[in-house]
Amino acid sequence: MIEFILNNKKITTDANKSMTLVDFIRENRNLKGTKIVCREGDCGACTVLVGQLCRDKKSVSYQTITSCISPLANAHGKHIVTVEGLNIANKLNQVQQYLKDNYASQCGFCTPGFVVAMINYCLNADSKTEEQMLDAISGNICRCTGYVAIINAAKKVVAESKNEGKKLTLKQLIQHGFIPAYFADIFEQLKSLDQIPYVVSGQEIIAGGTDLYVQQADTLLQATNLRYILQEQSQTVAIEDNECSISGIAKVSDLFDSEELNQRIPHLREYLRLLSSEAIRNMATIGGNFVNASPIGDMSIFLLALDAQLLIAQGDNSRTVALKDFFLDYKKIDIKKDESIAKITFSLPNENSYFHFEKVSKRKHLDIATVNSAILIKYEDNRITNIDLSVGGVAAIPKYLVNTCQFLKDKEINSATLLQAIEIMNQEISPISDVRGTAEYKRLLANQLLKAHFIKLFPEQIIFEEVVTIVGEAS
Amino acid sequence: MKNIDANGHVRGESLFIDDILTKQHTLHAAVLASEIGHAKDLKIDISRAKQFPGVEKILLASDIPGENEIGGILLDEPLLAENEIHFQGQPLAVIIAETEFIAKQARKLIKVTFCMLPVITSAKQAKQQGQFINDARSFYLGDVSASFANCKYVYEDETFSNGQEHLYLETQGAYAEKMENGCIKIMSSTQGPTVVQRIAARVLGLAMHKIEVDVTRLGGGFGGKEDQATPWAVMVALACNHLNRPVKLILDRHDDLKMTGKRHPYESQFKIGLDENYKIMALEIEFLQNSGAAADLSPAIAERTLFHATNSYFIPNVKTTVHSCKTNLPPNTAFRGFGGPQGMYVIESAIAKAANHLNIPAWHIQHANLLQDNDTFSYGQIAQQVKAKDTWDQLQGNINIKSIQDFVNVFNDYNIETKKGMAMMPICFGISFTNTPMNHARALVHIYQDGSVGISTGAVEMGQSVNTKMLQVAAQTFSIDPDLIKLETTNTTRVANTSPSAASATADLNGKALLKACNALVERLKHVAADVLVAGVDTIELKDGWVVVNQVKSDLDWKELVFKAFWQRVCLTENGHYATPTIKFDKSKEKGHPFAYHVYGIALITTTVDCLRGTYKIDSIDIVHDFGKSMNIGVDLGQVEGALAQGIGWMTMEEVAYNDEGRLLSNTLSTYKIPDVFSIAEDINIEALETEGHDLAIFKSKAVGEPPLMYGIGVYFAIQNAIKAFNPNYKLKFHSPMTPEKVMMGLYEK
Repeated sequence: MIEFILNNKKITTDANKSMTLVDFIRENRNLKGTKIVCREGDCGACTVLVGQLCRDKKSVSYQTITSCISPLANAHGKHIVTVEGLNIANKLNQVQQYLKDNYASQCGFCTPGFVVAMINYCLNADSKTEEQMLDAISGNICRCTGYVAIINAAKKVVAESKNEGKKLTLKQLIQHGFIPAYFADIFEQLKSLDQIPYVVSGQEIIAGGTDLYVQQADTLLQATNLRYILQEQSQTVAIEDNECSISGIAKVSDLFDSEELNQRIPHLREYLRLLSSEAIRNMATIGGNFVNASPIGDMSIFLLALDAQLLIAQGDNSRTVALKDFFLDYKKIDIKKDESIAKITFSLPNENSYFHFEKVSKRKHLDIATVNSAILIKYEDNRITNIDLSVGGVAAIPKYLVNTCQFLKDKEINSATLLQAIEIMNQEISPISDVRGTAEYKRLLANQLLKAHFIKLFPEQIIFEEVVTIVGEAS
Repeated sequence: MKNIDANGHVRGESLFIDDILTKQHTLHAAVLASEIGHAKDLKIDISRAKQFPGVEKILLASDIPGENEIGGILLDEPLLAENEIHFQGQPLAVIIAETEFIAKQARKLIKVTFCMLPVITSAKQAKQQGQFINDARSFYLGDVSASFANCKYVYEDETFSNGQEHLYLETQGAYAEKMENGCIKIMSSTQGPTVVQRIAARVLGLAMHKIEVDVTRLGGGFGGKEDQATPWAVMVALACNHLNRPVKLILDRHDDLKMTGKRHPYESQFKIGLDENYKIMALEIEFLQNSGAAADLSPAIAERTLFHATNSYFIPNVKTTVHSCKTNLPPNTAFRGFGGPQGMYVIESAIAKAANHLNIPAWHIQHANLLQDNDTFSYGQIAQQVKAKDTWDQLQGNINIKSIQDFVNVFNDYNIETKKGMAMMPICFGISFTNTPMNHARALVHIYQDGSVGISTGAVEMGQSVNTKMLQVAAQTFSIDPDLIKLETTNTTRVANTSPSAASATADLNGKALLKACNALVERLKHVAADVLVAGVDTIELKDGWVVVNQVKSDLDWKELVFKAFWQRVCLTENGHYATPTIKFDKSKEKGHPFAYHVYGIALITTTVDCLRGTYKIDSIDIVHDFGKSMNIGVDLGQVEGALAQGIGWMTMEEVAYNDEGRLLSNTLSTYKIPDVFSIAEDINIEALETEGHDLAIFKSKAVGEPPLMYGIGVYFAIQNAIKAFNPNYKLKFHSPMTPEKVMMGLYEK
């Protein structure tokens, strides 16, 4: 049995655990406000809130997910809120009112998703900035409005959902008409809900579902040996001295939200914003990004440069493998059927080392990279003492640039060295043409992103004009 | 007035096709589509699929009792393939089962055999092989050849504008149920209820009165549901007719992308001639429209390309020709702008090319050639109430265009890692269906005895808030509280023989019909009031819910007046009919007066290109748009903003890709990207032109749906101007969209 709270109703169901949450909501519960558009997490029309007890068990925390690629099983023990669960009798909630007032809803198909995402912003977002609001709606696509009206409404929500610069409490949100009154009772209800993890002794691991449900939702619906590991709650990000350890089921948002990690890796949030929408970051796991083995996987590229080590578990046994050795060939990885990624560890950048991530895609946000790249560089006395470079989209696997790194080690940082390094990189990569771009473009892009790393990190040493070919005379 | 659907939308309570509570015993359908682009000797083996538990029926062409023909303009498209396959995604069979899941599982068991034929994917290939949908069309004005001989500057080039996926968020779908006496009711997500009714009747071999089509609203249409909502509706009607059970079909996104047509890609050649003052003296264009495998609306779209080939410019000598080329792609179809954007893209390319050679900003040429009153369009219409210069001048009054150009130039002198580019984009778009007989509409108004009002029109609500405008027309004419008025669904039994909601003209046509109906009712009610209050009819007015006599409020309010009228056996129902006056077009001469009026506007766009990464952003867009006298500026601004974003998407990131076999590669939302909240310009200013509006527009409020899409074309050229600032060797490209890939390759081309 799966038990959870759906809006203000407790649900106990023996429905197929691997059906998508959106199908359960729409078909089994006849709540039609949550819309289906793409079934691949790329539009946000099916966005719902997921509430769960905070780790300290003192309050409920909410976040958004896209219910089209989330298994019903992952709702177990949670509070799931659809747009209907945000409705207040006989009037609009504040977010709904601002959307209406600003003409931010035309055909109405994307609107429920925006309502849910904006309420999520109201429930979270401590500092209440417009940037955080854009994060909140970053995964919501609208085809009618051109977003201007939505942004106008969003700005109103940002202005009105704070009190003296601070976010409104749950109680205040109820008082001010943002959310219905029943939210006040959810904490007690979640506590009383069976908090025992929902364990299924299957072999096939499902975490956030962000990849598997895009590829094979129908197959999963008929699968009998699934194991829904996201229910296995644990501390996901731990930092000790210079070492960071994250669990395989850590979600990207766990990294995004970790204040400590953000202090240790400058601009981390900027990088992670390029990965996906907030709702997807709330579901996608780091381990999942690795086992997906996409040559363009953002977290793979990210953590390759941090020289991450994987602790791979098989029952009580475990082994360690370096991420750069984990990818064997196209979509082939060093993991057996009954193994799983338990933990990922890496050294954090320190005062002499610099990390940077670059990604270019057709659309800047919520898009798969054409080419992505990361660098970790240790630099002392004007010399590179250590360097790790990764680049995605230019080989069968997420590429760790062994030769380029070797070349750059112990070198001085200057334009000539960089140009030589690019020549070496060009021998290491072998891009192919596909829907994301021609081989020629990807190669040029990989070159440019390597330059971008150095220009960004060493603006004193690397001058744009010295490393970039300027054709003809500049005007 | 806010969008009258807003409350339902924001609460998730508005009903779309897929949200209608299905009746007991409803069956679900899935469509098997061709995986091959061109073949003959098609054989479909359904023997295994038929046995699959839960499958009720598999429909093939042979199950069609009437004609297997869904073509509108030409009769060249079967509902289900018969012997031949003409594109990947062509429907071959419809599987009807207890659940959608079962239908899709069974679909995998159908075996298809065929004999492959060569595939054509580009318009140019089709032309070389003589594959056309219909005869080419040409518009002529003046004497092009003589004029070119006298031009000081003449430039020629080729252009390509890619297609565009509609990506209405709600996929195609329909739900049908059997009524008594062999009748069928279809609920469809269509812009054209009458189209669905007519084609369903034809395919089922029934009279049109046996088919009722009902439309509540669409989750976006953009032209993609003008003709191409029809097959799915006909399929469920056919299934329902066979099985006597309700049948529902909602395409999943993957099927929708694969099976439906898109905006037409165009390959074109232009030749432009200018005199020493940069006046465009002659223009010659040959447009090759990639129509896909069947006519669909292609001939009409091709025609509109010719109508807009000169955009907002007066060009005295014009020769434009369009070929609708038959290829093995899904039949391309209507998309906001309807061939107009493709036409304007070419003239703007020609101007950009000329400007580049003359080493002047393109806006010098644009400005020198703006249309004026009494100029003649290439199709013979005399331009009247032209607002091309007015919009330009109002923008110039707000922001000095030259100073923006100077700022961009100076910025580029002092920056190397990023470069800025600017472009102007004027628009001129004709309003009316270019097929004159389609320009009519009806509205049915019931005043109920309690004073509440129900309105049915032929307009389909798809997010453009046409129903809000209709409600405004009635509320204003009756002068009553809008809460007393309800907009009914669009239904063929209440309003028949409708034209689709398209051509930006829906509010004009249906609004004018509604206005007539309301005025007739007001007249009748005034007589009742005059009778009751013993006053002259001429002294009576209805105002704010009250009867006013000689400008003095009486004791008689709306509700009482209506009830008295009812008691006096006065007819409280009226059907208004409107047909646009003044318009005509003679296709044998390709001359006439096809448009009720034109909509004008101007946009100034600035962009910044990251010369290291080849990415770009749009800094600002400043628009002065000719709304006429807008009857709902909130709604109309939303139309401009939404159309603009779609135009920008078409010109920048939206890249429809097929391989040489005609397989759609951009077949998911992860491979076909449309603008998101971060993609739009940082600074957008849209101002209304100060104008009195046009009498043929409803309440003088001009049509607004399509024209602003074409502002997006300016973004394409603004980005190129930035590239050019970085790489002086850069050769201007006329090959949209301007993806980051093209920017990068352009920045570094030798």
